[in-house]
Amino acid sequence: MKLDEFFVTGDPLIYGADVSIALTLIGAIFALTYFKKWKWLWTEWLTTVDHKKLGIMYIIAAVLMLFRGGVDAMLMRAQLTVPDAGFLDANHYNEIFTTHGTIMIIFMAMPFLIGLINVVVPLQIGARDVAYPFLNAVSFWTFFMGAMLFNISFVIGGSPSAGWTSYVPLAGLELSPSVGQNYYLLGLQIAGIGTLLTGINFLVTILKMRVPTMKLMHMPMFTWSSLITMVIIIFAFPVLTVALALMTFDRLFGSHFFTMMDGGMPMLWANLFWIWGHPEVYIVILPAFGMFSEIISTFARKTLFGYKAMVYSMVVIAGLSFLVWVHHFFTMGAGGAVNSFFSITTMLIAVPTGVKIFNWLFTLYKGRIRFTTPMLWSLAFIPNFVIGGVTGVMLAMAAADYQYHNTYFLVAHFHYVLISGTVYACFAGLHFWYPKMFNHRLNERLGKWTFWIFVAGFNLCFFPMYFLGLAGMPRRVYTYGAADGWMNLNVLATMGGVLMGIGFLILVYNIYYSFRYSPRETTGDPWDARTLEWSTPAPVPHYNFAHLPESKGHDAFWIMKQERKQGKTQEKKPYKPIHMPSYSGVPIVMSVFFFIAGFGMVFSWHWMSILGLIGVLATMVIRSFDYDKGFYVSVEEIEEDQKRTTL
Amino acid sequence: MESVEYSPNTPLEYQSETGRLNILGFWIFLGAEIALFSTLFATYLVLVGRTAGGPGPGELFEISGVLIETFLLLTSSFTCGLAIHYMRNHSLKGLFLWLGITLALGLGFLGFEIYEFVHYIHEGAALTTSAYWSAFFVLVGTHGAHVTMGIAWIILILIQLKQRGLTPDTTRKVFISSLYWHFLDVVWIFIFTAVYLYGMVM
Repeated sequence: MKLDEFFVTGDPLIYGADVSIALTLIGAIFALTYFKKWKWLWTEWLTTVDHKKLGIMYIIAAVLMLFRGGVDAMLMRAQLTVPDAGFLDANHYNEIFTTHGTIMIIFMAMPFLIGLINVVVPLQIGARDVAYPFLNAVSFWTFFMGAMLFNISFVIGGSPSAGWTSYVPLAGLELSPSVGQNYYLLGLQIAGIGTLLTGINFLVTILKMRVPTMKLMHMPMFTWSSLITMVIIIFAFPVLTVALALMTFDRLFGSHFFTMMDGGMPMLWANLFWIWGHPEVYIVILPAFGMFSEIISTFARKTLFGYKAMVYSMVVIAGLSFLVWVHHFFTMGAGGAVNSFFSITTMLIAVPTGVKIFNWLFTLYKGRIRFTTPMLWSLAFIPNFVIGGVTGVMLAMAAADYQYHNTYFLVAHFHYVLISGTVYACFAGLHFWYPKMFNHRLNERLGKWTFWIFVAGFNLCFFPMYFLGLAGMPRRVYTYGAADGWMNLNVLATMGGVLMGIGFLILVYNIYYSFRYSPRETTGDPWDARTLEWSTPAPVPHYNFAHLPESKGHDAFWIMKQERKQGKTQEKKPYKPIHMPSYSGVPIVMSVFFFIAGFGMVFSWHWMSILGLIGVLATMVIRSFDYDKGFYVSVEEIEEDQKRTTL
Repeated sequence: MESVEYSPNTPLEYQSETGRLNILGFWIFLGAEIALFSTLFATYLVLVGRTAGGPGPGELFEISGVLIETFLLLTSSFTCGLAIHYMRNHSLKGLFLWLGITLALGLGFLGFEIYEFVHYIHEGAALTTSAYWSAFFVLVGTHGAHVTMGIAWIILILIQLKQRGLTPDTTRKVFISSLYWHFLDVVWIFIFTAVYLYGMVM
């Protein structure tokens, strides 16, 4: 292979990316060396098994990916603003919408939510860490290395260009001969390992690591939503693992699962992909529902309305999520009976979702509402998500779907549910739990600027797309003619996209500004909130709780605060040494070997993939022989920490 | 510093928090494995008969080899159970003996399976022949790869048993690997039925 085939060449945008990647790397290495931070980076972050730090790293990675996916989106909008634009050629446009979709779902939405789950859930249930801290680090690093593997495709070897759904035969070897599709397969496969491990880890954590006094039906709603999400992950992700593996065999080893010849069945891919893919959209929406429940309850200063209905509706949604996958390809021609079945199951999902919407509204009813930034995001979520949901029911009608299928109507629909559901929740959750992570709040004034500009931009960008779709504009086209008459609405959409970009930049500036100027937290409870994570001091000690807290019902911390106001004081119990797990460098090293193995497979350099896999196995053996029992936090250290606690 | 009293009836592997958590987590992992194998079975059943004019299963499958494989693997599951029985009775020697026999049976199974695969490829039925054979080799091969992993894993655990004897940690590892081994046995029963028996009557 020649060097100019290895590196992507010929496009000024790519050269710009090359230069910026090189400069960023050099800058980071220089800064770490200059400030003598290498050792700190390794001992405090790269080897950590602390769920709070892993959560923060997840979120940092997710924000970087949001930037990358956002740049992709801006490039697409730039190309589509006017008819017959020549900014991107067809293939480049295909690559960009493919990476945009894949990155936003797999490497932005999921890690953002899993990051918040990592930080918040153990604190909410009164645990000192997750059930398997070591595995938690493996989860993070396999996700991170999978994301990196996917991302380098655009400078080395070329990006995938068959859409994030990678339908065959387009994604097959004949029509996508470049290595781009291999990056997709291997990047997602490696990241998928981490997600499955997260699923098992947090399911056991929530079931077994709660403080003994917390009943299942007293758990905070975010914890409940995480629990149900983890169950979906455990049953959905193995399907993706198999689907990706089969396509990898087709492309690398000549098997015939999805090929056009020798008995292969292209539609089998579509089925397998969506049997994972539809539960996947609930994996990214249920934790969002959980966050909105917490935030709305906190800032309406009321207990969540209809707690049990909330839980059961999520259980029903999780069950139905596995029974609707065919609605992604009604036009495949599965026949009237099959389409009717999946049409009905799809519409049924609107029922439990509607229950949840009404519960949020009733929580707000007669509440004493405080319009903080997290609350604003939650309030904007309700009407915007309803628009997305109602158009979803329109799409669920199989006969009508023949009209909407593959148009901008669909694009508008899923951006309305994913952005106003998941992305609003990520921003709301980030603002809400930011003081738990970084010991200061994000600036409220800047936060509100972000909110108004982003929400206005979002609606301006995506609402016109419904009408573009009804006017017949197909998705995934890189340009259109002036005679089509789609320009006016496209100009509006691009203006909205620019506003969303500005909103994101203000958020980034806010992170810097608040780091410099926000007052530091002293109480650990800046929002006067209701659940146990807010009972921890600021900053949260690495063992979370000096004494395990007590949970006396819904909103356990709120009950504690009420009792304190009534003058009930808790007797001072003596501290005991606390057992904590040791940090380990094995997870990151193992994941680097995964990366090497994956990179080798992308280019079919089998010596390299075998070397990488041997490395993976060797790190597993090292782990198996490691009998490290962790360490104990001394009573003196705990007492020192508790002096900082004001409560 | 765990000062909880355990009744003498509590097995060693359940006498630590880590032990209980890891065993539960492994059961859940097996749930994910069921989803994984179900997907492979579904794929296989969808692609049955799509031989693209090449050889079909009815022509190549032979009952004798498959029966020997089945016999070896099912017996290994029984001996694995005996190994756990001796472990619960604190007999390191019995544990070694029966785990050793389990491994030998597992290796025998693998040997026959590899022989069978080579035979098919010789007869002109390989991964690249048709969709049917792709599905066959990936489904049965994934099970075989699991058995290989299991053998390597149990060998590592035997070394640790040699080094450390019966402790809550080592017994936990033995117990979890035994769950894995029994699970592979269950999957084989489905392969025996859905692939071989069904293939031979087609």
